[in-house]
Amino acid sequence: MDWSAIALSLRLAAATTLVLLAIGLPLAAWLAFSKRRGRWLVDAVVALPLVLPPTVLGFYVLVALGPRSPIGYAYEALTGSRIVFSFQGLLIASVLYSLPFAVQPFAAAFAAVDRSLIETAWCLGASKLRTFTRVVMPLARPGIVAGVVLSFAHTIGEFGVVLMVGGNLPGRTRTISVSIYDDVQAFDYARAGRTAAVLLVFSFIVLATTYRQQRRAGRAWPVA
Amino acid sequence: MAGRLTASFRKRHSPAISISADFTLESGDGRITVLFGPSGSGKTTILRCLAGLDRPQDGFIRCDDATWFDAVAGVHVPPQRRHLGYVSQEYGLFPHLTVAQNISFGMPARAGSVADRIDRILQRVHLDGMADRVPGRLSGGERQRVALARVLAREPKVILLDEPLAALDLPLRDPMRRELREFLRSIDVPSVLVTHDRVDALTIGDRMAVLSGGGIRQIGPVDEVFSRPIDVAVAASVGVETVVPGEVVEHADGLATVRVGSASVRAAGDAVGGGASRAVFVCIRAEDVVVETAAHDGLSARNRWSGRVVGVQHEGAVVRVAIECGFALSALLTRPAYDELRLASGSPVTAVVKATAVHLIPR
Repeated sequence: MDWSAIALSLRLAAATTLVLLAIGLPLAAWLAFSKRRGRWLVDAVVALPLVLPPTVLGFYVLVALGPRSPIGYAYEALTGSRIVFSFQGLLIASVLYSLPFAVQPFAAAFAAVDRSLIETAWCLGASKLRTFTRVVMPLARPGIVAGVVLSFAHTIGEFGVVLMVGGNLPGRTRTISVSIYDDVQAFDYARAGRTAAVLLVFSFIVLATTYRQQRRAGRAWPVA
Repeated sequence: MAGRLTASFRKRHSPAISISADFTLESGDGRITVLFGPSGSGKTTILRCLAGLDRPQDGFIRCDDATWFDAVAGVHVPPQRRHLGYVSQEYGLFPHLTVAQNISFGMPARAGSVADRIDRILQRVHLDGMADRVPGRLSGGERQRVALARVLAREPKVILLDEPLAALDLPLRDPMRRELREFLRSIDVPSVLVTHDRVDALTIGDRMAVLSGGGIRQIGPVDEVFSRPIDVAVAASVGVETVVPGEVVEHADGLATVRVGSASVRAAGDAVGGGASRAVFVCIRAEDVVVETAAHDGLSARNRWSGRVVGVQHEGAVVRVAIECGFALSALLTRPAYDELRLASGSPVTAVVKATAVHLIPR
């Protein structure tokens, strides 16, 4: 069993999820509440990774972050290391790839919050930020949890993007799915099977726990 | 503290639809104003403009010394800084917060324990011991009380309520109306209550503003608006009624006798709700009034009042006749009946109304 690949995947998924929370929540809030005209454009961009083949996305990220690109060049000049074929590069690619899996459930949950509750909070003196953290976020919790679980699980399972941007460096960019692929290529079915089983059991436990929580939450908050 | 809200503004929804409002609200004896009109007449729009949730295109809104909105100066104070007691339809209680958390949500910071303040407020709205409940586990009446408690905690300058009783089951409405009025009278700030229910207007309001055709047509004391609508549109929207204040003087054999001005009115008994209240509004629909020119006498379950015609107004196929018979009574006659009676201003008449057609509303 490739423990280092499992650890790397978990680390990548956790980091991706955190970054997605940080940029996904404000982005989703903007999509749910903004009355700007250009909203549909942002909607479309956010949804792109859903329809693009991972290799296409990975290709663009590779080109955009490569040593000859401005971003890659600046990164290398600043840190002395390359961004592609590194954990940081993987993280950027994963965030882009999982963006819709976080933002769409977030935005749907925000939009479903009863408008009159938001206005009531304003009339009670709460700023837009306080209204968001005290009213909108708690009421959208099931959607936020769903987005977190989806982006985590999606990152754990990604393959094409990782291969394009990260390559296959053990301990640095070799994730679970790449490791399983390698084992199968080397006809080590037993090892591939063990790693796959760990992934399967883990994913199932995460999803089952989440859905159980969601059910409970639904009962504790009877939104009349 | 004398509260005063002056508003004069216009809110356009589209080139064809706009709502205009022009009124002054004051604390004191006329502090509860009912904004009355059919659904779609723009009541909620006016309330939302007062709250700052909608922004009018023209005019101004001022509260005491502060300007809340001024189209010319480009001022629009957001709802957060208007110190409102705003209650939306269905009350807008936060379902994920407890009663105490709901109440403390908008509470201004102040010295002293928050818990003590919440306890005092809960006692005042008769919700002792409910602090840790969530709204989902409260009855409709209790939810209204939490909403009022939250208004109280906010220490508002103006109270705005959007159809506060619409969410309640019918049997609950009567007691909650009384409670709501007592509550609003206990705080000396102007309040605005939006409703399309005539009984709400009569039982809760001190004054009422009638909305029709995109603007406020009439504003004044509730009984005055009901009994002396300034035009046909107002009369139509308040329900073409005679509404006059009276005192129940006797209650026997299922008949209540009510003194109204210099006249005496008999009403079928149940209308008073057990005779508990003596001060009532006497309501008579204009189409229930029969007008005769011959003077009759005799005792029956019918009311007979002698009076004079003081006004005649043609409204298409019907004619509205204003009669002074100790109080101002409005009668609606068909055209042929009117022609046959040969009525004119000053004609002596007898108005006949069945006791069962007289409706008494406690005030």
